[in-house]
Amino acid sequence: MTPFAALAPAGLAIPHIDYTALLPELILLGGVLVLIGVSAMTPRRLPTGVYATMTVAIAAAALVASLRLWRDVQNHGAFTTVAHSVDVDGFAVYFLVLVSCILIVAAIIGSGYLRREGIAGCEYYALALISGSGAMLMASANDLIFIFLALEVLSIPLYVMAGFDRRRPTSQEAAIKYFVLGAFSSAVFVYGIALVYGATGSTNLPEIGAFLAHNVITANGVLLAGIALLIVGFSFKVAAVPFHMWTPDVYQGAPTPVTGFMAALAKAGGFAAFLRVFVATFPTLRGDWQPVIWALAALTLVGGAIVALAQRDVKRMLAYSSINHAGFVLIGLQAVTTKGVAASAYYLFAYAFMVLGSFAVVGVVGAKGDRRHDLEAYRGLAARNPVLATVFSVLLLAQAGVPFTTGFFAKFYVIAASVGAHSYALAVVAMASAAIAVFFYLRVVLLMYSTQPADPGDEATTPGPAGGGVATLVRIPVGRLVVQPSIALGLAVSVGVTVVFGVWPQPLIDFTRAATFIFH
Amino acid sequence: MTIDGSWYLALAAVLFTIGAVGVLVRRNVLVMFMCIELMLNAANLTFVTFSRELNDIGGQVAVFFVLVVAAAEVVVGLGIIVAIYRHRVGATADDPHELRG
Repeated sequence: MTPFAALAPAGLAIPHIDYTALLPELILLGGVLVLIGVSAMTPRRLPTGVYATMTVAIAAAALVASLRLWRDVQNHGAFTTVAHSVDVDGFAVYFLVLVSCILIVAAIIGSGYLRREGIAGCEYYALALISGSGAMLMASANDLIFIFLALEVLSIPLYVMAGFDRRRPTSQEAAIKYFVLGAFSSAVFVYGIALVYGATGSTNLPEIGAFLAHNVITANGVLLAGIALLIVGFSFKVAAVPFHMWTPDVYQGAPTPVTGFMAALAKAGGFAAFLRVFVATFPTLRGDWQPVIWALAALTLVGGAIVALAQRDVKRMLAYSSINHAGFVLIGLQAVTTKGVAASAYYLFAYAFMVLGSFAVVGVVGAKGDRRHDLEAYRGLAARNPVLATVFSVLLLAQAGVPFTTGFFAKFYVIAASVGAHSYALAVVAMASAAIAVFFYLRVVLLMYSTQPADPGDEATTPGPAGGGVATLVRIPVGRLVVQPSIALGLAVSVGVTVVFGVWPQPLIDFTRAATFIFH
Repeated sequence: MTIDGSWYLALAAVLFTIGAVGVLVRRNVLVMFMCIELMLNAANLTFVTFSRELNDIGGQVAVFFVLVVAAAEVVVGLGIIVAIYRHRVGATADDPHELRG
């Protein structure tokens, strides 16, 4: 008996809502209200660390709730709730756990950045939590309209976060570009949903799947057009070539910790829904969409790796590297097997921590004002801060797929899944692109350990759009690079996860293997 | 006189195309934004038409969700646009051009 049953007119059924199944999302959204309430009711502005601590506590509570849900699902099996529009299965709960972890690390790293930049207030954390709840809902959504709503809950806060540093014109530009192209892709996506609804008579994924399994549509132009538009919409969100145009600009312009956060979160949420919709719902039409995903994956792998080679700005380079990573995750989708889904899920887990850590380092090197992102800023970093240089090297090498890191297993499993699905050509493309990618990762590593630090004169001439920025740059001594304690903690977590699960991979692999969704 | 459902679908497809082309060719951010709204409304018209043809209420419910999302996008989008163009002359998408490479 739900509390709203009395309000329903006769004949209108109120679906049963299992609130414990939605607990992680509800904790995040309730936490947002608490943050905003505290911020509104305290007479003086609280230090950013207070909000960061609260956010970590909220995300940790969501993590605990997710792990309890994981135990329930493993013991009693998967189930659906809210009139079959929310799936609570291993796959969904896996992403609930991942998103909670992303939120914890992002809050820790973000607080260091916000303190350095002197941005007070709870908005950053509140937006991050709302966005996180959207990513969680995307992973568990079992209805196309639900996925659309979750996609917007995920994206709209990210548009604002991209423009968070309003004083910096590049941040504003990132916000407007992300917003226009994000809204455009959402409109394409929702039109795709409308066409699929028209062709199958439902927006509910199991119902669509059952309809397609029992009916052969002879004139399926509307359905295929709808599926094509869904692919375009998802490809925009996960930044697959040729729908990646916004990625480098937005990643470069957004405040650096926000870049890391959106790279980890939007990919996790976007791919979770992408995998569920295509592998679990449209397997009967795989002959039609699998070649499209093949082409997208190949273009994304090669395009991302080659364009990254030409970049001088480290944030742009990492943006193209994240496009390259999206290609690897697409390989797991292209396989359309349980192994492929598990490989993609593993990749997203490994990628989230690598990218959060990498952008945290970029944020530190960017210094106050978040402007020094040229490759030259990394010359001789090992002499200025050996620990930071080592950490960044580990993260970059992990992204390149070096053994004893999670990055290696991530690449290994998607390629193995691809070979298992007899997509040999795609596996070869993937390995070639991984080889190309090693060049641009190693270039940064070599630059950091090069023995000639750039002379202070060079630092001062680093272009800054505003006069104040240049003045700030001159004052920073070349010999010293401060890493704030909170950022150090965030980096320790990122590197820890990357290396520990690289050396001792079994727990994470078992976790991923159990994260399969129900095929209705 | 009844109008066949396929005419509504065709109209929706035309509206969607006008919107999509508008976003890609127009340079005023506000106009681009209006074109996105046009695309969303094309999707709404498609939902309603299919809902009528399939005799299923689900499509009409979907329209309400899309409307709510469109309203939320307007709030955030106009907020971003105002914040950025407050100190600029016109709302032209090519004006901010520092990010390239």
